[in-house]
Parts: sequence; structure tokens; C-alpha cells
Amino acid sequence: MSAFLTQYAFLIVPIVKIAILVFIVLTVDAYLTWIERKVIAHIQARWGPHRVGPHGLLQPLADGLKFIFKEDPIPAHVDKVAYFLAPFITLMLALTSLAVIPFGPQQFTVFGYRTGIGIAEVNISLMVLFAITALAVYGVALAGWASNSKYSLLGGLRSSAQMISYELALTLSVVGVLLIAGSFSLREIIVKQGNPHLGLLGWNFFGFSSETVAFTQIIGFLCFYIAAIAETNRVPFDLPEAESELVAGFHTEYASMKFAMFFIAEYTSMITISCLATILFFGGWLSPFPTTPFWHFTFYLPSVMLIPLGLWVIFDGMRYETVFGRIVLPGVGSVMVAIGAALIVFPVVNDNIQGVFWFLAKVFTFLFVYVWMRGTLPRFRYDQLMSFGWKFLLPVSIANVILTSAVILWRMH
Amino acid sequence: MSAALVIFFALAALAVIGSISLIIQREPIHSALSLIVVMVALAGLYLLMGAEFVAAVQIIVYGGAIMVLFVFVIMLLNAGEEERTNFSKLATFAGIPLALAVTGFIAAAIVHSSGALPAAMPKGALTDTRTLSTLLFSDFVYPFELTSFMILIAILGAIVLAQREN
Amino acid sequence: MVPTNYYLILSAILFGLGIIAFVFKRNIIAIFMAIELMLNAVNLAFVAFSQSLGKVDGEVFVLFVIVVAAAEAAVGLGIIIMTARTRRTLNVERADLLKL
Repeated sequence: MSAFLTQYAFLIVPIVKIAILVFIVLTVDAYLTWIERKVIAHIQARWGPHRVGPHGLLQPLADGLKFIFKEDPIPAHVDKVAYFLAPFITLMLALTSLAVIPFGPQQFTVFGYRTGIGIAEVNISLMVLFAITALAVYGVALAGWASNSKYSLLGGLRSSAQMISYELALTLSVVGVLLIAGSFSLREIIVKQGNPHLGLLGWNFFGFSSETVAFTQIIGFLCFYIAAIAETNRVPFDLPEAESELVAGFHTEYASMKFAMFFIAEYTSMITISCLATILFFGGWLSPFPTTPFWHFTFYLPSVMLIPLGLWVIFDGMRYETVFGRIVLPGVGSVMVAIGAALIVFPVVNDNIQGVFWFLAKVFTFLFVYVWMRGTLPRFRYDQLMSFGWKFLLPVSIANVILTSAVILWRMH
Repeated sequence: MSAALVIFFALAALAVIGSISLIIQREPIHSALSLIVVMVALAGLYLLMGAEFVAAVQIIVYGGAIMVLFVFVIMLLNAGEEERTNFSKLATFAGIPLALAVTGFIAAAIVHSSGALPAAMPKGALTDTRTLSTLLFSDFVYPFELTSFMILIAILGAIVLAQREN
Repeated sequence: MVPTNYYLILSAILFGLGIIAFVFKRNIIAIFMAIELMLNAVNLAFVAFSQSLGKVDGEVFVLFVIVVAAAEAAVGLGIIIMTARTRRTLNVERADLLKL
């Protein structure tokens, strides 16, 4: 048995990792919808979902059940191949893009197979992500075309034109980071942002890295983030799927399970873009504190966050009278407290968890910014959107490339 | 039967099936989808040969831009089913044997001259992007600049051609 | 691992299928796609030779072919749009005004 595992470890280990990652990502997607609804509701001075389970925590479960049990109608005279292919392509590409993202720095050996925290280690992981972004246009265009409906076609064409316009600005805004890091590999990009004495300031956003010649990438980050929001069709760039404008744009004629696929794909691409933004501009798994031995007390930050949060969850669960409130919530809370305490008691585990903790913290910050913008900003009109992409964002991205390369060349001599 | 050979045959079969599907499909949008499948299969073959940058560029440019242009034009012109006329039957009877003859001739020439090729590189070593870019900007800098002019001319031409007469 | 011949034969097969599609199809856009298929077959041959000879020049040339194909597709599709507007059909057999 052990010999079989050792021989086929190169197949089995990635498959297990993929299963774990897909499970985690789908759960995060579901609770991301909960976070979005709650945060937007509180921004708009209302409650949001608060009936289905304490604090509305079971709302994603209820939504999932609804999607499963709802009727899945197929409109007449649709192009069958394209109609069924579009949500499948979109979901497949969104989930595949998570494969090349490194979540942590550790490399470990299991059954003689050396691997890291992340599914695939590719030299050109950034290019793979761009390739997947480029292919994502097809899901939208085919969905609009296949639905045999005017609103869908218009929404689909507008949305795909928006996506290919902002794809150029997205790709060019990252070139500054590539010049600094000298490699397409996301792991290399993170390593090159390290600065043991200045911590936070070594990230590409600030540009004081000690590993390589760097220049601040604030312009690059702004261009990247704006272009990425346009790519994922989120507010303020979501005219193609806004309800008051075009019914629901390219996914008007999709119901239940296929709509759920578009939905999951949208949130998964939000997660991917947030991961990319942290890796490229905010140091990935690097801690914002310096890593000199004096600063080792910052390693206890995860415990400091987990234990009070766990205690609050326990006491909050006691307020309710339902099964979920009385039993599950305190259970979750005590698990959190136990993990926090274990991290203090076992420093070896604590050291290894630092990278993943900071990575997840930054990703959730960016996801919160996404949701925050949805609650705050009005949406662009379509011609404003297109002229902004071509006439402002693209020239600014090119200017960032020229500026960064000029500064790097000047500093290297 | 090494793993590389299995992957090669799988991707090659995918490419050939995609091309045959391009010929057989009656709707242009389905032909475009088949061609996208061929592009992705070829990108996989480039990866197998170690040309990772070319594979990524193939998907980004060919699969993500050129084919999107095709799909947009098909949607814009609302291209429908292809009609069958008499002349196409003549082309079938005369053209397909001719094309098969040309293909067979090229394939036979390749097999005959297989001794003249140096042996394939043993590991399919990955091509370093740095090597590629050094070559592109040192030996091939003139074609590089000329292609940038050519793209500019193509942009202007496409805008002029696609304008509506006012 | 995989002999270069296999790639070249696959390239020849794809090229032949491209010729068949070029001759067989009546829709102008499908004919254009056959041209792209032939260009891809040639790209495959370039990369195969680049791998077998150990030089990177083949891959640089593939980049140029891709760029030229992109420009050609843009201009060609512009012409197709114009033709479709005036002739109101996408069938190449209907573009026969110069026929005797």
C-alpha cells in the first residue's frame, strides 16, 4: 500500500489537494455571498438576512437548496451546444485559475513527493492566469448569443466588449511588477518583495524591497484593481448585468443550476483577483512586520485574534434557542479558542501558519473592499465605461511601464 | 508507452477531431468553437515540447483575442446555417482527394527524410523566457519594430473598413 | 520522448484538413477560419523544429506568425463585414459579379 502510494504520489497528492481546495473555495463562495449581503445591508442601514439561522448564517445553505430544487427551464430555439457550454466554461475557468496560486511559502515532502502549499508550481503562473482571463470572455459571449433573446445578446456583447477592453489594461499594469521581480512565477514575485528590516515597506505597493531593485507600484496597483473589477463585471462596472438596465444581461435566460454556475464563477473570480492583488502588490504571504528576531512576538497575532473571536462566538450562540444557535455556534467558537490556544502552546505550528494567515487576511481585506464598493458606488454608463478603459486606463498603464522601467534602469547604474 | 506519448496522442486526437468538426459543422459559430478547441490542443502540444511562453501567448492572443474577434463578427453578421449548392458537391469530389494527396505527399516526405533530422531533445527541456526575449530584442529587433508598424496599419485599416457609410 | 516526426506529421495532417476546409466550405468566415488553421499547423512545425534543433529561433518566429495572423484577421474580418453589408450574404458563390 505504501509502495503504491509512493509510486503514484505525483498523481494522488495533487488530486487530494484539488479536492480540499475546491471544497474550501465553494464554502468560502457561499459565505462570501452572506458577507456581501450583510455588509451591503449595514451600509444601507438595514439588517440583511437575519432570519435563517443566527445572523442569517444559514442563508447560503437555503440559497443552495433553492438552486437545487428549482425548475431549470430551457427557452425555445436556443443554440443547444452554446447554451449548455457557456456556464460550464465560465465555472471551469474560474475554478482552474485557483490552481496556480501559491498560498504559503512552506514546502513539504509527503510520500517522497516534494510539494508546496498550492496545487501547481509553474514557471509562468502569471501568464496562465492571464490566459484564463482571456478565455473567460467566451462564457459571456456564448451565453448572450445562445439565449435567443435581445436583452441577453445586447448584455452579452456589451459585457464581453468591456472584458476585452479592460484585459489590456490589466495585463499592462502588471508589467511593472514583472520588471521588478524578473520572473513570471508568482512565488518568485512574492519572494522578491521581502525586506526583513522594513517588512511592510518592501511590498511592491511601496517599493523598498531589499531583494531587488524596485519602484513603488501604486499606479500599477490602482490600474490593476480597477481593470480587475471591470473584468469580473462588478460594481461600478456591472451595467451589462444590472437589473434596472438590461433585466439581467447575458444570464437573463439562465435559471437555477446554470445560473448558480455563473454565480459561483463570479465569486470565485473575485477571490482569484483578490489573491492576485495581494500576491502582486501586497507581498502575498509576507508579514507586514519586520522579521528580525526582535519582532517575533508578532507571531502570536493569529492567536490574539482567534481567542477573543472564539469566545464571542460561544457567548453569542448562547443567546439563541435553536439547535444551530445553542450547539453548533458554541462548538465552532470552542474550536476557534482551542486552535488559538494550540498555536500558543505549539510554536512550531505557529511558525508554519504565519504565511497562510497573512495571505488569507489580505485576501479577505480585498474581498471586503469589493463588497464595500458595491454598497457605495453608482455604476458607470456604458460609453463612460468604455472611454474610461481605452482613453484613461490604458495610457496610464503604459505610462506606469515606462516610468517603472526608467527608474529601474536609472537605479541599476 | 511513456506518459509524454500518451499525452501527445490525446492532444493530437483532440486537434484532429476539432479540425474535422470545423469542416463538418454547418453553423459558423460551432466551427469557431471547434477552432478554439484546436488552438487549446495546440497550446497543450507546445507545453509538451517545453515552449511554455509560446503556449501562453497562443492561448492569450489566438484563443483569447483573434477567435473572440471571429465570434464577435459571426454574432454581428448573424451568420446562419450554410446552404448546400451544387458546386460544393463538385468541390467535395475533386477537392478532398486532392487535399488528401497533398497531405499524404508531405507526410511521406517527412517519414522519408526522418534520418536527416537530429534526434529530438531528450527531456523536452523548458525554454527560458529570458532566452526568448534576448533573441527577440537582439537578433530580431527589426522584424519586431516592423510588426508593431504593421499592427498599427491593421488597426487603422480595420477601423476604416468597419465604419458605416454616413 | 516524443519523436519530432510525430509533430511534423500532425502538422501536415492539420494543414491538409485546413486545405479541405478551405475548398469545401461556402461561408466566407469558415474559409477564413481554415486559413487560421493552416497557420496554426505551420506554427506547430516551427516549434517542433525549434525543440529538435535546440535553438529558440523557431519560437521567436512563431510569435511573429501569431502577430501577423492577428493583424490579418482584423483586416480580413473588416473586409468581410463590408462585403456582407453590400452583398447581403456570406456565401462566396454569390460574390460572382465579375463572372462572364
